[in-house]
Order: sequence, then C-alpha cells, then structure tokens
Amino acid sequence: MLSIRNLQASIEDKQILRGLNLEVGAGEVHAIMGPNGSGKSTLGNVLAGRESYNVTGGSVTFDGKDLLSLSPEDRAREGLFLAFQYPVEIPGVSNINFLKTAVNEIRAYKGFSPMEAKDFLNMVKEKQGLVEFDAKLANRSLNEGFSGGEKKRNEIFQLAMLQPKLSILDETDSGLDIDALRIVANGVNQLRSKENAFILITHYQRLLEYIVPDFVHVLYKGRIVRSGTKELALELEEKGYDWLKETVDAEAEKAI
Amino acid sequence: MITQLTTSLYNQLVMAAPDCLQPGQEPKTFTDIRSQSFRKFKQLGFPTMKLEDWKYINLQGLVNQSYSLEDSLPGRPVAHERAHIPGLASYHLVMVNGAFRPDLSDSIEDSGITVMPMAEALDELLFAKHFAAYADKTDNPFVALNTALFQNGLFISFDKGSVAAKAIHIIHVVAGSESLFSQTRNLIVMGPNSSADIVETFITEQGAGKSLNNLVSEVVLEESARMQHYILQTASSQSSYLTHTEIHQSKYSLYNNYNCTFPGASFVRNNINVRLAEADVEGHLYGITLTADDQLVDNHTIVDHLKPHCESYEWYKNIVQDASTAVFNGKIFVREDAQKTNAFQQNNNMLIGDKSTVYSKPQLEIFADDVKCSHGCTIGQFNEQSLFYLRARGIGEEQARILLVHAFAFDVTSRFSNEAVKNYVERLVEEGL
Ligand SMILES: Nc1ncnc2c1ncn2[C@@H]1O[C@H](COP(=O)(O)OP(=O)(O)O)[C@@H](O)[C@H]1O
Ligand SMILES: [Mg+2]
Repeated sequence: MLSIRNLQASIEDKQILRGLNLEVGAGEVHAIMGPNGSGKSTLGNVLAGRESYNVTGGSVTFDGKDLLSLSPEDRAREGLFLAFQYPVEIPGVSNINFLKTAVNEIRAYKGFSPMEAKDFLNMVKEKQGLVEFDAKLANRSLNEGFSGGEKKRNEIFQLAMLQPKLSILDETDSGLDIDALRIVANGVNQLRSKENAFILITHYQRLLEYIVPDFVHVLYKGRIVRSGTKELALELEEKGYDWLKETVDAEAEKAI
Repeated sequence: MITQLTTSLYNQLVMAAPDCLQPGQEPKTFTDIRSQSFRKFKQLGFPTMKLEDWKYINLQGLVNQSYSLEDSLPGRPVAHERAHIPGLASYHLVMVNGAFRPDLSDSIEDSGITVMPMAEALDELLFAKHFAAYADKTDNPFVALNTALFQNGLFISFDKGSVAAKAIHIIHVVAGSESLFSQTRNLIVMGPNSSADIVETFITEQGAGKSLNNLVSEVVLEESARMQHYILQTASSQSSYLTHTEIHQSKYSLYNNYNCTFPGASFVRNNINVRLAEADVEGHLYGITLTADDQLVDNHTIVDHLKPHCESYEWYKNIVQDASTAVFNGKIFVREDAQKTNAFQQNNNMLIGDKSTVYSKPQLEIFADDVKCSHGCTIGQFNEQSLFYLRARGIGEEQARILLVHAFAFDVTSRFSNEAVKNYVERLVEEGL
C-alpha cells in the first residue's frame, strides 16, 4: 500500500530525514518509535504534504500513485489520514460543518454525490459512540477550547468519519490519561481491517499494549535504524533511548 | 462673452445653488437652514488629504469632473430584483438615483408607520423637530452640501409602540448612462417603544454611467425604541459613495448597525456616528468589509457616550484582497457625565492581496473615571497551519480559504439577529472571495 524509498527531507535547510525506507501493506499496523527530534513528526507531515518541508530525495508510492506529486487535499482524498500531534483550533468553523465539507469533498473526488443530511447525522452519531465523543463537542467550533484529550479524540473521530486507507497517528497517545488512551485504542482497534493500515508514531511503549502492532521500527537521526516485532518495543522500553543512541552512534563510527 | 467653466463639481454646485436656495419655494425656516449650510460647504470646500479625517482618501479624481446634477429621466423603469434577499420577509422601498419611487415600492400596511418622499415631509412636525438637528452638528462638508441642495430622500416615522411586521428593505439603485451626482436625504424617526429591522442595499443597474452618490441619514430612536439596521453595499465599480449616518438615541433604546461592504463600488466612504444621548442606552456597530480589485472602502465611526449606564460594542472585520484598501477609523468618546460606561471596540484585518492595504485607527477619548473601555486591533493573513489542517482532511484549498474567511467573519455574522440577512451576507462573502 505504502512504499517509502530513501526518503530525504529538510526544513529551513536543516536535513531531517536522511534516507528512510518503509513498506506498509494492507491490514498491517506499524509502530514507529524514536527519541524526541528524530524526525517522526517530520515523516508524518511530509507524507501528508505540508509545504514547509522540502523533499530533497527519494520516492513514496501510495497504492501505485506517486504520493509526493499530489496536493495535501488529494492525498487525503486518496485515503491518507494524519492524526496530528498538535491539532489546531479554528474558532468560527463548526466541527460538524467542517466534517460535512470534508466528507463531501472526498466523495466528490471519488465521483459520489453529497451525503444526505440524515445519513450524515446517523454516521456522526455512530462514529461519536466509537470514541465516546460527547455529542456537544461535535456542535462546537473546531477544537476550540477542547482539552488535550478531547482534541486527540476528535482526531480519531474524524478518522472514523473519513474512513481512510492509511492512517498515521502522530503521538495520539501523548498527554492522554489511561481512560482516554483506552478509548482511543478501542476506537482504532475497531477500525482495523484487512483493507486499511496504520502507522502509529509513539514515544512510549504504553500505547502498543492496547494496539498491538505487526511491526515496530525505530527512527533515529532521520533513518530507520532497527525494525522488528512488538518485542523490539519492549526491549527499547527496558534499555532506554540512551542505549539505542549509543549503540547506533557506535555502529556509525565503526562504519567510517 | 460666455465662458464655460463647469469643469469641476464644485463649480457646478456653486452655479446651481442660487436656484435651489431661492426663497419662496420651501418654508422659510427650511430655506434658511439650506442657505446657512451652503455657506458652510463653500467655506469648507471638498475635503483634501491634508485633513486628518480624510487623509487616506484622495477625492480629487471624483470631484474634479463634471456630472449631471439631476436625473434626466426621473420615472425610468428599473429592475431591482438583484437586491432581493432570499427568505427575507420584507417591504421593498425603491430609491432610484436618490429619489423615492412609490410606483416600484410596496406600501407598508402595519399601523403607525408612515413613509413619504422627503419633499412632502417638510410640513411634518417630526421633520421640523429633527431635520438637520444631528448630522449637521458635525463638520462633514458633505453633510452641509447635502442639507443645502438635496432634493430627494425618504421620511419614515414610527408611531409610539408600532412594530414593522416585516423588514423594511430600502433599495438604492443607480441607473442611467449619464455621469450623475446624486444626493439623498433620509430621516427615520422611531417613536417610543417602536421596533423595526431596516435593511439598505446599494446596487448599480447594468450599463449605468459613473456616479457619485452623497447620502445623509438621520436616525432618531426615542425612548425604548429598537432598531436593527443592516447596510449592504453591493454596487458596481462605476458607482462611488459618500454616506453619513447619524444616530441619536434616547433612554432604554437599542440600536444595532451592521455595515457590510462587498467587492464592487470603487470608492466608499461611510461615516457612522451613534450618539448615546441619554442614560441606559445600547448602541452597537458591526462591520464586515470585503474588498477586491482597487476598491477603497473607508469606514469612519464615532460612538459617543454622553450619559451614564450605556453600553456600546463595536466590531469591524476587514478582508482586503488584490490591490484594494480598507480604512477603519473608530472614535469612542466617553463624556464627563457618562459614568458606568461599558465600551468595547475591536478591529481585525485579514490582508489577502499582495498589494492590499489596511489603515486602522482606534481612538479613545475618556473624560469620565468610572468606566470600562477596551479596544484592540489585529492584522494577519491566512493561518498556514489552519489551512493545512483543513486540506489534510480532503478540503480543497479554495474551499478551505472560504471556511477560514467565514471563521474570521464569524464574530460579526454571529451577531446578526436576522437569519435571512445573515445567510445572504455569508453567501456574498463567499462569492466575493
Ligand atoms: N518547523 C520547524 N522548523 C525548524 N526545525 C524544525 C521544525 N519542525 C521540526 N524541526 C526540527 O526537526 C527535527 C525533527 O523534528 P520532529 O520531526 O518534530 O521530531 P519528532 O517528532 O521525532 O520529535 C528536530 O530537530 C526539530 O527541532
Ligand atoms: Mg513529534
């Protein structure tokens, strides 16, 4: 489904991604872990098409299409979804109106007519339940005055509404208490299917107890330096990121 | 020897004035007011950019040309459907080139409401009491000119307790191929406890020539009167406007002004002054200015707190595109007597065009000590993070910008009490982007 080859990206002339490779197939859940500043959010943003990041090399194909040549909206319409680490607040844009616009633009892209108001509201109700999202929140301005946890739940609510093929969750677990974490994880688990895939970006192993990944990768200095199964996450948790940094840096020195 | 010197509007007006000001045609007190006003206008002349209140707008291009001073075809047929507001229950009052046209207008059936052309109102008691009692106290030369030489306009009065069941929609149409200078003078008197929604729309008929339109309205709210006043500037580029609206409020009255300007009219200067002349009054001014091309829209407002326990809330939003310019100049006076005043002012600007300009000047002058006043001003562009967030959800760039402009205007549009007008304005904002 997603194939990333030798991806290199910079921001403000600072090289962040330095040759990243990753293959994600349909039905798979990949976790990407790594110390702060290693480039995890950069990867998510580059895949979603944020223009402030410059792709300086490599390629990304998404279901056979050249992802990097698409506008951010077309990537979303093709089925890519980024749950933001820091969702923005947009006062004056209602959550519902925003979602209706998004759902219908994606439908229009695929050649479908706008959703009937009744069907849309039924879907809202159903998906709200999935992430135990308060009905009142859905009627408010987009993320305005939401707590950190409410914002993250709203991201998953949107994910449920838009039904993407590939979802990238950027530290959706950070700042969540254990109940909220369970709600978010439950939501994601119910959305998992053979057809879609997830990339879970996380700093901690905690989330992976609730959403069990098929693969775990460690990102460090803009490259994937270790890949394995869920045991890798446990090892990392146990030995810590300092251990990882030391061994990886030592390997790099030896190579020179 | 005959020399033709009528190359500028000023010369034209000076030549035309004696006819207009001739004694005997109108009541003497009225002719006296006119003559006095004309002397004032001659003394002041057209304002130049050297004057603080006119420093951002160059009028020379507009006044250094000649115009027809009268409509050559006063009863001309005119289409005004373009100004109609979907879903708004309203009485249409149509003004063509400044003149009230009963033949194109609805008659108002609600009891206690009187509508007549200004020229027929000269003998009304309310006219004698209120005409030129407010706007002419200012030093706006265009008010003096209007008072001296206007021929047309509307007089509307509401008897005590009368309520307009539908909105009164005044449609100002500019029509005809000639270059026209037109003047309109309106007086609206809301008796005690009366209530109305008044909507004014400005439109230009297709193919109309260049015009300069000088409108002065005096609005009087007596005790406990309530008025929602919507001003929708939707005229085309060949039409230019100077408007002066002076509002005088008595005890317990409520006045809301919603001043909306859209792409089109190349030059618009609005003066809106609300005088909170007695205690326990609420007077609020809201504005949305969406400009495009090389439009210039200048809103000058005064909120004048004269007595205690009054509240005013002012919020103007400017969205400037292309090479257009928007000016916001908002003065708030809190006079010595106006203790316990609550006055709030906010002006937010969104600069979209590379060559667009905004001038914002809030001015607070406070002479009372026990008051709550605040003002603020912001200037920004599209928020890139918000734009990306929306696009990352599949919303196209254009639609995302529309959503963000709606969001920007929301603080103001959410105050509209009339739902049909609100929807209409939101649509005009969308179309104007
Ligand atoms: N907008 C930005 N401007 C400049 N540097 C940035 C910006 N965003 C991220 N960076 C830098 O890029 C590096 C990687 O950041 P990020 O991708 O956010 O890491 P992670 O998500 O793994 O913590 C960091 O060194 C960070 O300081
Ligand atoms: Mg991050």
